[in-house]
Amino acid sequence: MYNDNFKFVDTHEWVSSLNGDVVTVGITHHAQELLGDLVYIELPTVGQSIGFNDVVGVVESVKAASDLYSPVSGTVTELNEAVVNDPTLANTAPHTDGWLFRVKLDNVSQLDGLMTAEQYKVAIGA
Amino acid sequence: MLKTIFYPAHINANAKIVEFSGWQMPISYGSQIKEHEAVRTNAGMFDVSHMAITDIHGTDAKVFLQYLISNDVAKLEKSGVGKALYSGMLNHDGGVIDDLIVYYTDFGYRLVTNAGTYVKDMAWIKEQSSKFNIELKERKDLAILAVQGPNAINIVSKIKPHLDGKLVSLKPFSSLEDNGTFYARTGYTGEDGLEIMIPVADALTLWQQLYQSGVVPCGLGARDTLRLEAGMNLYGHDMDETISPSLCNMDWVVDLKDESRDFIGKDAYIKFNALGVKSHQVGLVMEGRGVLREGQKVVSNNQEVGVITSGTFSPTLKISIAIARIEQQVTGYASVNVRGNLEPVRIVKVPFVRNGKQVF
Repeated sequence: MYNDNFKFVDTHEWVSSLNGDVVTVGITHHAQELLGDLVYIELPTVGQSIGFNDVVGVVESVKAASDLYSPVSGTVTELNEAVVNDPTLANTAPHTDGWLFRVKLDNVSQLDGLMTAEQYKVAIGA
Repeated sequence: MLKTIFYPAHINANAKIVEFSGWQMPISYGSQIKEHEAVRTNAGMFDVSHMAITDIHGTDAKVFLQYLISNDVAKLEKSGVGKALYSGMLNHDGGVIDDLIVYYTDFGYRLVTNAGTYVKDMAWIKEQSSKFNIELKERKDLAILAVQGPNAINIVSKIKPHLDGKLVSLKPFSSLEDNGTFYARTGYTGEDGLEIMIPVADALTLWQQLYQSGVVPCGLGARDTLRLEAGMNLYGHDMDETISPSLCNMDWVVDLKDESRDFIGKDAYIKFNALGVKSHQVGLVMEGRGVLREGQKVVSNNQEVGVITSGTFSPTLKISIAIARIEQQVTGYASVNVRGNLEPVRIVKVPFVRNGKQVF
């Protein structure tokens, strides 16, 4: 479930392994399970400069709204329009097709400070 | 933490359990949207055994209820045994202590009140009853299962063939009793259906029979979106002890026709209305994207004019809807402050959905 090549933060976002200096960001399986049926996702804009732990959007399910925190610092390069149009993608495939946005990192070394899959699983009691 | 008799069935059906007013209750069994859709198109069942059933016997039962609640139970006698009445129970200041249904039966009156208000309700009812010759009997020996949806009554009828069509011909807001099981054609979803009060010993069997007949177990999550689409109040959100019935669309359950009838909160209610009520309850529809939530402020011409008391995403309409309390002069369109952005909303009359269809 929690890919060993991904990094995680305690606000329940994941960061994919690096492609050059660009990473993909999404919410974790655990997060979508807590939220339930997702109905609305608001993402940052392409070109936006974002910092670690900034609120960059919102993920809303039928029952609750949850802030979306950036797990990295950098510049937004791409959004997943598919998940904006169909938020349930983040329920059914949170770690693949339900990704949210891509970021060109300010520096690559920041990833070293994030949780590994093992550490995240401990954090959520999985 | 309290558990209802259906708890093992919830676990078997993979329920996600949450704490609700001291009870461990299912919030959903996977997808609350699918549960919602099952009720709108076929049939779903809700464990509502955490709600309180109180039977009222005794020679003063009728006059006691005429004093205790805002609607007039005299109407029930006229309509005949089995009839049900929705009402508020007000405090002396005219605020709403709880909303409830009272059933008129051949064994007396039956009151069904909310779980979240159980302790204060019982204390209040006992206190008010001291001058009356009545007997209060809490029915913890009964579980409650709400079976709701366009096919709900047909499915229950097939499981209970000995009732021989009696359920199908039961009138809305009416009930019948059969060997200790009480069937009421009432609900909290805006669909046809039954609320079944059944001896605890028989409850799990009924659940299994319904489950095997394709009735979908539904949690508190779907219950909330269904009732909101149906424009029905949720106690503690759309009204409470500080809110007059006039402010929460409950004027229709305050019956002033019999001028000789005194009931708790009557004077305060009349005085409040004489001052000129400035706000009322409306529905809001957001045509853009996003989700309206309880507590968000309603704005018109840069002025705050009200507040959302319940908001959600409507699974039937695929847009966000809300119940709000706003100033009466604001009509047509307004805005809602959604996390700092003013989003346009249309002001409508509730309900939003009845019998599966958009009605505003």
